[in-house]
Amino acid sequence: MISEKATTPKLVVKDLNFFYGNDRALKDVNLSIPEKMVTAFIGPSGCGKSTLLRTFNRMYELYPKQKATGEILLDGQNLLEKRQDLNTLRAKIGMVFQKPTPFPMSIYDNITFGVKLYENLNQHDMSERVEWALKKAALWNEVKDKLKQSGTGLSGGQQQRLCIARAIAVKPEVLLLDEPTSALDPISTAHIERLVDELKKEFTIVIVTHNMQQAARISDFTAYMYLGELIEFGDTSAVFTNPKRKETEDYITGRFG
Amino acid sequence: MPTFLRYARLKLQNWPDILFRSITRLSAFSVLVLLLAIIVSLVIGSMPAIKAFGFGFLSSTEWDPVTDQFGALVPIVGTLVTSGIALLIAVPVSFGIALFLTELSPRWLRRPLGIAVELLAGIPSIIYGMWGLFVFAPLFGEHIEPWINDNIGVIPVIGPFFSGPPMGIGVLTAGIILAIMVIPFIASVMRDVFEVVPALLKESAYGLGATTWEVMWNVVLPYTKIGVVGGIMLGLGRALGETMAVTFVIGNAHSLNASLLMPGNSISSALANEFNEAVGELYTSALIELGLILFFITFVVLTIARFMLYKLSKREGKVT
Repeated sequence: MISEKATTPKLVVKDLNFFYGNDRALKDVNLSIPEKMVTAFIGPSGCGKSTLLRTFNRMYELYPKQKATGEILLDGQNLLEKRQDLNTLRAKIGMVFQKPTPFPMSIYDNITFGVKLYENLNQHDMSERVEWALKKAALWNEVKDKLKQSGTGLSGGQQQRLCIARAIAVKPEVLLLDEPTSALDPISTAHIERLVDELKKEFTIVIVTHNMQQAARISDFTAYMYLGELIEFGDTSAVFTNPKRKETEDYITGRFG
Repeated sequence: MPTFLRYARLKLQNWPDILFRSITRLSAFSVLVLLLAIIVSLVIGSMPAIKAFGFGFLSSTEWDPVTDQFGALVPIVGTLVTSGIALLIAVPVSFGIALFLTELSPRWLRRPLGIAVELLAGIPSIIYGMWGLFVFAPLFGEHIEPWINDNIGVIPVIGPFFSGPPMGIGVLTAGIILAIMVIPFIASVMRDVFEVVPALLKESAYGLGATTWEVMWNVVLPYTKIGVVGGIMLGLGRALGETMAVTFVIGNAHSLNASLLMPGNSISSALANEFNEAVGELYTSALIELGLILFFITFVVLTIARFMLYKLSKREGKVT
């Protein structure tokens, strides 16, 4: 299924099923997410794309009665195993959410929050890390003079880039983006999209979006999901120009969904 | 329709609104008037004592109705120390209760536990006082105070605060009873404010790999600090003014002791105990001045709380 682009798989999903209580929200999902590429999950609301994303860092475990069966291999290691340490997993797999969620602290402390959990850096190294993360997130020039000010005082788009900076400051291998631009205006959205293109040089990126144009613009691979099933997965241009399945075609041409 | 008529009609339509506005304004200002009236009457009532003792009233431990010598230091210290002990115990316990109820407790246990906490808040203070005197104080004096004497009382520096006859009643007992009384208030306010923290905010902290403790301490608590401080102040307000329960267990002795195991007195319990039998202008006036001081202490506490919040938001970078 994977096309001409030379890829190595970073995350391999095998026979994944997911349950909210007795509801089966994911049905035997199999796919393989390539390293240092952007993979987009598209599909109508409730199709399970966010659910799938949230299994990758086991975020669902915060809530009772949610469980996943099957395997998700990160570099060959099954991360659904009980003995997998959640904190190390989440250090490797960072996440950014639908809405900006700056912590109620200064911009500087927002970035160092995650870093401090894993690394013991001296002040100089920490400042360098903050600068590095903010530059990666294309936010440095806007905030370099007000690092001590509250992160909640930034604009929505800036807050979302702060959240991206906070996620990459930990130096994760995979970055999960759960509809990262759904609360943002078009200019901020364009900012984030450009950023994603830049970040894929260093990180494996998985993005959930219900904006098909966005998926077409920024992703290398696209997965179309419907009612908990993975309908089609492949090279983005192939999925959008020459879909193999009738359901996919109906969705992307707007006949449905 | 002529202009003046239209104008008149407009005015007619407006008058319920004007009336409504006046009534709400009146209600709001009546609070200020009431406050002022209370302060003025307290000041007038305490004038004889202020004239007789001046600022010496605040630092004197004398309390002798026979010779008309009065000083407020014992009840002031008693009020502050018992309330301090109460908060020292109640704040961490309440935080634990609220944390457990919002983050860790299984769903089926949340409601019964939450209701139990609220019921605890509804128990009249006289019952706490009776329970404190008849049940808690004897047990405390028999089993815990001897242990405190033997183990904490021998430590240098803090030892003197924890040694003394194990009578059961005293400043420490009053503080503990007060703690039990304010815990439900602080805990339910904390639980309510923790519950309104957006799930996404917590998830993004968990998503970075933070533990429950780190999420609560570094994200939830700063996010809810105004509510949390408000809850603590509510508890402190109750502890400072609590009368019946304290009167039962504090011992009502006008003597200043380093030891927390010894009986003491608090402003409100001195007022409750002595107002009935106060004879002579100076005695009554001294008691009223105690009331004025309690009023002032509450005011200072609220101001400090405001100031603390300001400092906190400054450290967070909101104010520059």
